Amino acid sequence: MSILLDKKTRLLVHGMTGAQGSFHAGQCIEYGSNVVAGMTPGKGGTRHLDRPVFDTVKEAVAGTGADASLIFVPPPFAADSILEAAEAGIKVIIAITEGVPVMDMVRVKDRLRRLELEGRGTVLVGPNCPGVITPGECKAGIMPGYIHKKGGIGVVSRSGTLTYEAVWQLTRLGLGQSTVVGIGGDPVQGMNFVDVLKLFQADKRTEAVVMIGEIGGSAEEDAAAFIRKNMTKPVFSFVAGKTAPPGRRMGHAGAIVEGTAGTHASKVAALERAGVTVVENLSNIGETVASRLKKKAKAVRK
Amino acid sequence: MKLLEYEGKELFQLYGIPVQPSCGVVRIGDDPDAMVLEGPGPWVVKAQVLAGGRGKAGGIKIARTKEEARALTRGMLGMKLTTHQTHGTALTVEEVLVVQACEPEREMYLSVVLDRRSASLMIVASAEGGVSIEELAHTRPELVIKMPVDADRGLLDFQARELAFALKIPRALFTDFIAAAKNMVRLFTGHDASLVEINPLVVTRDGKLTALDAKVVTDDNALFRHKDLAARPDHESSEIELEAKAIGINYIGLDGDIGCMVNGAGLAMATLDTVKLAGGSAANFLDVGGGASVDQITKAFQIILKDAKVKAVLVNIFGGIMKCDNIARGVAEAVKKVKLRVPLIVRLEGTNVEEGKQLLKDSGIRLEQADSLWEAAQKAVAAADGGR
Repeated sequence: MSILLDKKTRLLVHGMTGAQGSFHAGQCIEYGSNVVAGMTPGKGGTRHLDRPVFDTVKEAVAGTGADASLIFVPPPFAADSILEAAEAGIKVIIAITEGVPVMDMVRVKDRLRRLELEGRGTVLVGPNCPGVITPGECKAGIMPGYIHKKGGIGVVSRSGTLTYEAVWQLTRLGLGQSTVVGIGGDPVQGMNFVDVLKLFQADKRTEAVVMIGEIGGSAEEDAAAFIRKNMTKPVFSFVAGKTAPPGRRMGHAGAIVEGTAGTHASKVAALERAGVTVVENLSNIGETVASRLKKKAKAVRK
Repeated sequence: MKLLEYEGKELFQLYGIPVQPSCGVVRIGDDPDAMVLEGPGPWVVKAQVLAGGRGKAGGIKIARTKEEARALTRGMLGMKLTTHQTHGTALTVEEVLVVQACEPEREMYLSVVLDRRSASLMIVASAEGGVSIEELAHTRPELVIKMPVDADRGLLDFQARELAFALKIPRALFTDFIAAAKNMVRLFTGHDASLVEINPLVVTRDGKLTALDAKVVTDDNALFRHKDLAARPDHESSEIELEAKAIGINYIGLDGDIGCMVNGAGLAMATLDTVKLAGGSAANFLDVGGGASVDQITKAFQIILKDAKVKAVLVNIFGGIMKCDNIARGVAEAVKKVKLRVPLIVRLEGTNVEEGKQLLKDSGIRLEQADSLWEAAQKAVAAADGGR
């Protein structure tokens, strides 16, 4: 098992005929993801990357049975594209686009909440994220596929290359991943840490979770509260931005310490109180997970 | 983007939020004598910098006469201002706002914020104004009112009324207050703000409601639909930061001496943390972008080296889609182009890493390579210490 994506996932790529969409859709296909179609308004009826292209998501769903969307639409149109997928009944929406206005996301979240109340709920990952990969089954995003390995560690992260760093450390130590989810670095986003942790806790293949956080907001504190009450699987965490100056946004719009909120210290304290193993040195993530799981395995054998 | 007080007040006027009449903004190089001081006085002379706590730091002064207003303005221009919010650095006052003073009877706090947890707007208010709302939330949370607001419908009448009662607004000012509060939400959604704050909002002795200060932060991602905001200068970024921004590089100057070039914001932040853990201090945050092309790498080197404090450069790139051999070629080419004079430490990881490392080794450039970020950070700290 895995979460969000597996080999049965039928992927629709929004903006597949654009430069970014085309390149990354190609990479996903090469990895073995089941990309069934592309969607670009005005390009319906053509073919791209040997896949049919549709004008609307509705037509793509009807024509190919697509059940997951991967969005590469430019920022001014990204929110609309997310809603189009949600209304068409797509169950997992992954928005890669960086630079979506926050107010647009506030409205998207509002609409998604209403759809859920109507029993037409959908799951959104992103925007401004590297995407989701279930190693060996489906890659829906811009991450390099080969650094991953099929296995039992669930990874969830607010950052892109920082995730690759952690995943690569795990892979080189022989620790494969069940699913790796990049939730993105924006202040208003789809799934948060808690949403993903819930899925990992329920997923049979996932044995342990690595959670990569960063300064700003309260997602890590919320995750800590959830872990304390509900997680039986071991959780490891790294929180970036310990040395970031207050008041300056470090790249991600969400990564900003304002006053006493969102500091590194508050996040680490909350996570440690919840029993999470917090790794201080980024280079030690893989080793920490490996040694802790080995100890656990020994204890179980005894 | 953070707006200065007078810029925020311009938006307030656009949306019908009452402010004190302005006598104008005087900039360095302008003649304060040319200012038309209307009204009987007194006037308030206010340094326009992006930091709270201006009053205590001497950035807000009362002038009884027109002569005094001009003299205070002259004295404030070019002044260095350090407040509890500037984190030890002094801000130069480049613009001064002069407004007609009023006599406040009561001060309140009113703001519209983005509540990340609920992904919606929220009004934060308190009958206690003029103080730090954060401190108040910490020490007397019962005095802070929080009210969720629907982005599409705005602040509803009954919500605004509830607020007015809670803030003990005089009956005669109810209509004015309700309009002002609703207009603050309209400004927030209409101009894609992430914060609209009035601290203090006052009731004057002559029975008027007016915003004495204006703090507005807008969402950079939405600048494409706000030409008026996009045309405003960025007051927050330094010259190097602006230059970097113009070429698509995310750069923030810091106090240390190790220049850092990293791909991806999260990894860049973690790199600064690792440098600190190794006993050093980074000169900058720099995200060269996920792709890290030769052109971007060259430009990034040029930006980093503009900072004279830099004694060593640490390059930490995780090659994913962009393979390490290509990145190595880019680094080699860029180093030759910029004639690098400080020690260079490169840590490459990811796709084709062995080819990349070999390429760097064969390039003839003086540099040290590292296998892990930790090793790279330690080497960079040692190199910077050697150059001290």
